[in-house]
Amino acid sequence: MQNFEYANPTTLNDALGLLGSAWGEADVLAGGTDLLSLMKEYIHSPKRVVNIKNIKELGGISKVGSGLRIGATVTLDELSSNAMVKQMYPSLAQAAMEVSSPQLRNMGTVGGDLCQRPRCWYFRGGSGLLGQDESGKSLVATGENKYHAIFGSGPAWFVSASSFGPALIALGAKVTLQSASGKREIPVSEFFVSPKSNGEREIALKPNEILTQIVIPAAGKNANYEVRHREAVDWPLTAAAVNLTMAGNVVKSATVVMGHVAATPWRASQAEQMLTGKTINVELADKAGEAAVANATPLSGNSYKVQLAKVAVKRAILRAAGIAI
Amino acid sequence: MSSIKDKEKQTKPAVSRRGFLGGASVGGGLLATSLAVQEADAQAAGKLSGLGEVAITLNINGKPTNLAVEPRVTLLDALRHKLDLTGAKRVCDRGTCGACTIMVNGKTVYGCSVLAIDAVGKQIATIESLGGPGKLHPVSAAFVKHDAQQCGYCTPGFVMAAKAFLDKNPNPTREQVQKGLSGNICRCGTYVGMREAVLEASRSMRNA
Ligand SMILES: Cc1cc2nc3c(=O)[nH]c(=O)nc-3n(C[C@@H](O)[C@@H](O)[C@H](O)COP(=O)(O)OP(=O)(O)OC[C@H]3O[C@@H](n4cnc5c(N)ncnc54)[C@H](O)[C@@H]3O)c2cc1C
Ligand code: FES
Ligand code: FES
Repeated sequence: MQNFEYANPTTLNDALGLLGSAWGEADVLAGGTDLLSLMKEYIHSPKRVVNIKNIKELGGISKVGSGLRIGATVTLDELSSNAMVKQMYPSLAQAAMEVSSPQLRNMGTVGGDLCQRPRCWYFRGGSGLLGQDESGKSLVATGENKYHAIFGSGPAWFVSASSFGPALIALGAKVTLQSASGKREIPVSEFFVSPKSNGEREIALKPNEILTQIVIPAAGKNANYEVRHREAVDWPLTAAAVNLTMAGNVVKSATVVMGHVAATPWRASQAEQMLTGKTINVELADKAGEAAVANATPLSGNSYKVQLAKVAVKRAILRAAGIAI
Repeated sequence: MSSIKDKEKQTKPAVSRRGFLGGASVGGGLLATSLAVQEADAQAAGKLSGLGEVAITLNINGKPTNLAVEPRVTLLDALRHKLDLTGAKRVCDRGTCGACTIMVNGKTVYGCSVLAIDAVGKQIATIESLGGPGKLHPVSAAFVKHDAQQCGYCTPGFVMAAKAFLDKNPNPTREQVQKGLSGNICRCGTYVGMREAVLEASRSMRNA
């Protein structure tokens, strides 16, 4: 790890004043569960680290209108044990609980979860966000790619690592990004982007911004389902989050978002259309799962993920509808 | 694209392992330029620490302890290299194994993924606080009785995780024990004995 100067501001204004105008000048430190590893691997070598955990206004979970505001530094443990979250957004509580290490849940924050860097081993090994060799050839396409994307047209083949991304998009949540010169609120669906070059980021955050809060509107029946290789200290292989607005037994509208299948969380609009106007049963959920992966384009070593994504969608739908999986 | 090895080479003069372990400050060039930057910024912002060693006080196992660390030193390395508290182990150093599990403000964390300077003002508890030979904590005693270790490298982390788990769940099922310890990994595969030990410790702690 390269050494850095450390700041521990207690107000958001002070923190924003300490950030840089280009990546590499300053990094925000929340729980540190990803940042410290990035620095130890020299993937990030910031000149300055700004701890945001002691800024009160970045914490807390509170009601806004019929929805909730979740502060960026709320830990996964706080989130998964919060009664309002469990009642209104079971998909979020489930996603937090599935990060199945108590230590990580105690340390990791919601903001950090959304801003964590991809786990692609080419990126983590120093070959850049797009995982290319010196000549610009994709190492992902020609090498080991069993945990990589099964959707998208490149050139980024890593998968978005955030467990909360799909759930928050399905719920129609927005994030607030604040800099010293103002703030902007964008839908979580626009927060994740598929970079076209190594110099870009996979999220819309700018180097001088802090993600301050997430605001989630009132939701329908929602659920999350993950398929994991092992339960402990690992990321999901695939995941799906579902939000169903119901009129009695009939689905008025549905949002279905898959996780860990592309460089961003991946909306399954074919599945959504299939559910709309219908009553959920096992057969329909199965069909929706099939529709969700119909256009998948797996790489040489990850076609197994297509089946896992299909099952994740099916089970997330059933879970949201309260039907035994 | 330069590899990690190249980057290690580039940074070697500034970050020698020996200098790091010995707690000596970083090599001349980097320090001099960055200090100038730091000074200017410090004036602007008021509060910046480092690059060099910073004097801090950590509350460890109930005792205020003074030490000096560079900002980049993890809490785990500070405990092990600066304070000779070597119970918490450094295995993956990436938050993926649990061998470094300690408690901060009553919650388990990975010591390898916390900066020492970020732990100022918090209550830190390490495995050393759980008693020693002759007066073992019930969790440690149950680990001995159930042969819940082989090489023992994961054991201090598991014992801390188990203690924290039992504090929250005094009467757990075997399934809950399994989930509750999911932040720790044992390469020797002593999970069966460990689960047995945690269940026994839960009984003996409830009856105590
Ligand atoms: C073994 C292991 C397993 C994991 N499993 C999962 C999993 O299953 N699912 C999952 O989603 N995650 C998983 N994680 C990732 C875990 O790091 C995140 O879940 C955690 O919530 C990150 O939060 P943090 O506060 O620790 O982030 P940090 O490490 O503090 O920060 C991560 C990044 O985000 C930036 N950042 C943090 N907060 C902000 C903010 N408010 N504004 C702007 N930038 C910010 C930092 O600068 C840094 O680049 C796992 C991690 C490990 C080590
Ligand atoms: S050494 Fe910290 S989790 Fe492995
Ligand atoms: S006893 Fe050897 S790693 Fe657990």
